[in-house]
Amino acid sequence: MDTYSFLRELADSWVLLILTLIFLGVIGWAFRPGSRLIHDDAAAVPFRHDRPAEERDDD
Amino acid sequence: MLDIFKLIALAVVALVAAIAANWARDAAYLVHALLVMGLGAGLFLWQLRTMPIPGEPVPSRLAPSGYMDGPIRYGVIATSFWGVVGLLAGTFIAFQLAFPALNFDWGQPFTNFGRLRPLHTSAVIFAFGGNALIATSFYIVQRTCGARLWGGNAAWFVFWGYNLFIVMAATGYLLGATQSKEYAEPEWYVDIWLTVVWLVYLAVFLGTILNRRERHIYVANWFLLSFIVTVAMLHVVNNISIPVSIWGSKSVQVFAGVQDAMTQWWYGHNAVGFFLTAGFLGMMYYFVPKQAGRPIYSYKLSIIHFWALIFLYIWAGPHHLHYTALPDWAATLGMVFSVILWMPSWGGMINGLMTLQGAWDKIRTDPIIRMFVASLAFYGMSTFEGPMMSIRAVNSLSHYTDWTIGHVHSGALGWNGLITFGCLYFLVPRLWGRERMHSMAAINTHFWLATVGIVLYAASMWVSGIMEGLMWREVDQNGFLVNSFADTVDAKFPMYVVRALGGVLYLAGALVMSWNIWMTIRAPQARAVTVATPAE
Repeated sequence: MDTYSFLRELADSWVLLILTLIFLGVIGWAFRPGSRLIHDDAAAVPFRHDRPAEERDDD
Repeated sequence: MLDIFKLIALAVVALVAAIAANWARDAAYLVHALLVMGLGAGLFLWQLRTMPIPGEPVPSRLAPSGYMDGPIRYGVIATSFWGVVGLLAGTFIAFQLAFPALNFDWGQPFTNFGRLRPLHTSAVIFAFGGNALIATSFYIVQRTCGARLWGGNAAWFVFWGYNLFIVMAATGYLLGATQSKEYAEPEWYVDIWLTVVWLVYLAVFLGTILNRRERHIYVANWFLLSFIVTVAMLHVVNNISIPVSIWGSKSVQVFAGVQDAMTQWWYGHNAVGFFLTAGFLGMMYYFVPKQAGRPIYSYKLSIIHFWALIFLYIWAGPHHLHYTALPDWAATLGMVFSVILWMPSWGGMINGLMTLQGAWDKIRTDPIIRMFVASLAFYGMSTFEGPMMSIRAVNSLSHYTDWTIGHVHSGALGWNGLITFGCLYFLVPRLWGRERMHSMAAINTHFWLATVGIVLYAASMWVSGIMEGLMWREVDQNGFLVNSFADTVDAKFPMYVVRALGGVLYLAGALVMSWNIWMTIRAPQARAVTVATPAE
């Protein structure tokens, strides 16, 4: 089988399956139990560092 | 020791550039070699003048602390400058299309439409958009990691190096150096220079993230990092070429035929997907929550938005090559992925808009929020229009017509332009230690000039594009084409004039903004508040 046909068949079978599973895994991971607290904390990041660390005393 | 090494290196650069100027085979290469020679010699003198004198005590320098905002300030000014240049070029070529006499005889060949058009696209995408992305990414990464930019003066190198790239690209187009790849026109040595600058940019960004004081990397940085990494990959692969001579600008692409076309549109569409979308979404995920004063609507949705965009966008390129030598399966793949992309795009738009939940009144009172909201609305509109136009049957009507131009501009002027203006209005008072912009009324004026300008632009191009698409395919009862190509050009004239007027309004808005930024920075009556400590 020439390289083109081999790569093309590999791409639309195993590689497609693996990438789809990785994608679904990543989405599933975002919904894991206990992620809410981590996400709420992460969403507040932009409001914590307006001033550099050495100028703040509440750090 | 390092100082002496720098001195030698700069002298070598100036010398090699002088030799290159002497042996240059074409005008663009000659001008660029002279430019590099001048810069090398100037930096050599500057280095010589600032070096410590042997025997004298070395002035002790305090280790820099706090956030590094110098390159961001320069970036903000460069963004507004290149914005005006790019929009002016766009408005001028829009008038050239309506009134061909504007391709002045005395300016040939430098100022004809063919040479000014890539100048316009590169100036708005890479000069205006690129400077905005570099400046805002430096601002965001420091303030979401709680860390100073990594690499000392490397950030300055990124700013000046990137702007040198822009100057060489723009002057190259005018002097006729182009490799004829859309959005990747600069020739081989300019490409190599951009690669160097971009890798330093990546190092500065990654280094800052590694120094962060937060356990979690905020989602805006994911988008910005994916933009930097992917653009590096796209740029290198699409620009694989062999120069005809190292003393000339001409090069030959390594790929040929349909492979070259596919590589080009894999690059071209992902330049839209990662430069103009992922990068600007990074801006959105930081500045919209900051200006609204509340965290992003759903952090989970932002994670899904990110991964869906990353997994899908890279496959969408073949929709630019329907009905070509590209195999049908590849074009169908590109079309299917483009249609699926609609969903994560709207997820992101909803995430941004719903951040205003409970603060909807700010759309009425805060012109900066209004700009963000309008830009998200245009993001939603063009990410619906794009998937629709990628469908083969629709594309057979829309391709090669002005509909495509209208689509690109509703995305670029609406989404990229408005969000950048909003970010500049956010950044300028904070970076220069002012309480607020000089004139809030001027921001409001800018908003309406820009919005009406986009509406005129997009509406005229829809009419013009669909009309010419239908005229091209119209056949009489005997199967002969009804219209000649010149008939369609003639019919488009009124729409071209309306489009150019839309451009004038949009440009006027950018000029109002530049004046406002200038007055905010220089305003004598403004009371300086302490730099880098905005009231929260």
